[in-house]
Amino acid sequence: MNDLAAAVEIPLTEVEENPKIKVSDLHFYYAGFHALKGISMDIPEKKVTAIIGPSGCGKSTLLRVFNRIYSIYPKLEARGQIILDGENVLDPAYSLNRLRSKVGMVFQKPVPFPMTIFENVAYGIRHHEKLSRADMEVRVEKALRDAALWDEVKDKLKQNALGLSGGQQQRLCIARAIALRPEVLLLDEPTSALDPIATSRIEQLVEELKSQFTIVIVTHNMQQAARCSDRTAFMYMGELIEFDGTEKIFTKPSKKQTEDYITGRFG
Amino acid sequence: MQTPPAEQTKARNVDERSVADARHDRFFHGVLKFSALLVLATLLGAALSTLWGGREVLFGQGLHFLTSNAWNPVEDDYGAVAPVFGTLVTSLIALVLAVPVSFGIALFITEIAPAWMRGPVSAAIELLAGIPSIIFGMWGLFVFVPFMSRIEPALSATLGKLPLVGKLFQGPPLGLGLLTAGIVLAVMILPFISSVMREVFQTVPTRLKESSYALGSSTWEVVWDIVLPYTRSAVIGGIFLGLGRALGETMAVTFVLGNSYNITSSLLMPGTSISSSIANEFNEAVGTHRSALIALGFVLFLVTFVVLLIARLMLRQLVKREGK
Repeated sequence: MNDLAAAVEIPLTEVEENPKIKVSDLHFYYAGFHALKGISMDIPEKKVTAIIGPSGCGKSTLLRVFNRIYSIYPKLEARGQIILDGENVLDPAYSLNRLRSKVGMVFQKPVPFPMTIFENVAYGIRHHEKLSRADMEVRVEKALRDAALWDEVKDKLKQNALGLSGGQQQRLCIARAIALRPEVLLLDEPTSALDPIATSRIEQLVEELKSQFTIVIVTHNMQQAARCSDRTAFMYMGELIEFDGTEKIFTKPSKKQTEDYITGRFG
Repeated sequence: MQTPPAEQTKARNVDERSVADARHDRFFHGVLKFSALLVLATLLGAALSTLWGGREVLFGQGLHFLTSNAWNPVEDDYGAVAPVFGTLVTSLIALVLAVPVSFGIALFITEIAPAWMRGPVSAAIELLAGIPSIIFGMWGLFVFVPFMSRIEPALSATLGKLPLVGKLFQGPPLGLGLLTAGIVLAVMILPFISSVMREVFQTVPTRLKESSYALGSSTWEVVWDIVLPYTRSAVIGGIFLGLGRALGETMAVTFVLGNSYNITSSLLMPGTSISSSIANEFNEAVGTHRSALIALGFVLFLVTFVVLLIARLMLRQLVKREGK
């Protein structure tokens, strides 16, 4: 019997989970194309939820609905409900500014802004709070420490962020997102452009951050989902096929499609 | 050697080929270098020939030509200050008006406009760039000057009453003058600046803008904090392309500037510019007068050179502040 199977033998004590985000009957349309078909799921608070599935299954789309980043483009439309702390974020009356201060996002490729390392982190904070210089320095340091980047950049905060390595840039992007003290952190394939060492640092970081944030990570890398998530959602063709504890998904999936995907039969 | 003849020929062919390649490359490099040097030679030639043609007034009376605002062909007393003043002021007015509008046009096209509007608006801008300056001059004189003379009393009555800037808007409502010329110039350089801006705004990666939106930025903040810094040097380049055109523009300015060798604090008063002085007087100029006009041409070189130099320095300052 292998380790994974053995792990399943341990009764899955489903610790009481507070749903942070309740998605119900979410549909998404791309200029007429039906990209998400009735997604309903509860995302637990202060846990890592991974979304996996083959390319084009809608996993990134789903993530991009959570902070309504899709709304900067015309002809995209979301229907349904996403309840964050009791309020529907898809309601046009829900302020984008408030939503984005509560839900941070890190993108596939590291995208530092064309400014200094310090300014990269301070930039987002300035949109939401007025801080004195000293307070700002404390906040920036805290964010960089939390993103496990402080020791590497503390002597070059005034240098342009584009001089950092890819992995450092991605941790800077994480620092930038957590500097706003969001409650939810969305990670859209955050390691797909990084080498294995930088990837494992990011994964370690995700592990450390989950005590503070509710994390949703989209990944095309199943091992990554298995390594660092508590719950895993499998999506296929715009539908949520299965959503359960990560161990269960990877050892005893209840749907045939999930099993085919994780055993590499398609996708 | 026992190598079969076929292989020998093959080896020889390859060797010949690489010798020929090297020769072709040398020739190609030579052609490229020649093209580049031709630009320098043309520029230097034009500068030197205006310097030579204008030597009589440039060096005849020391710095008199560069410091005097007299322009008296009867007594052959010439000074470049009034034309230089007119050139700089009209170009500055043009920039002040055209840069924000171009910025707005470029942003609208790249960030806000629905896809179906982008094509027609961009095409309209490019057509505007193609209108010859004589047409702008005629339009300026027959349409815009009468219009300005109707609204200038209102300008004097409102803006003219303000402290500090009030002086700029006082004077008789002639219609002709520095302000009118500046506005016409603004319309002329607008297409250049806005099409450069539009091109470079399109090069900003989507993911960079999305990252900023994800932090809660508004469209304005994304543009101001991300798009502009990212495209900074190209945007400044575009602005100076427009400025270069404004400094040298002749026909449109000549029609609406009024052509009087005045230096006034009021923008409503007529003035003259370097290129319009040359265009107006070249026909009947002989002797010292002719030399003075050629010397003005040389001064225009200097002015353009200094302005571009300042632009470079400003750009370097900006880069330094960003912590490269």
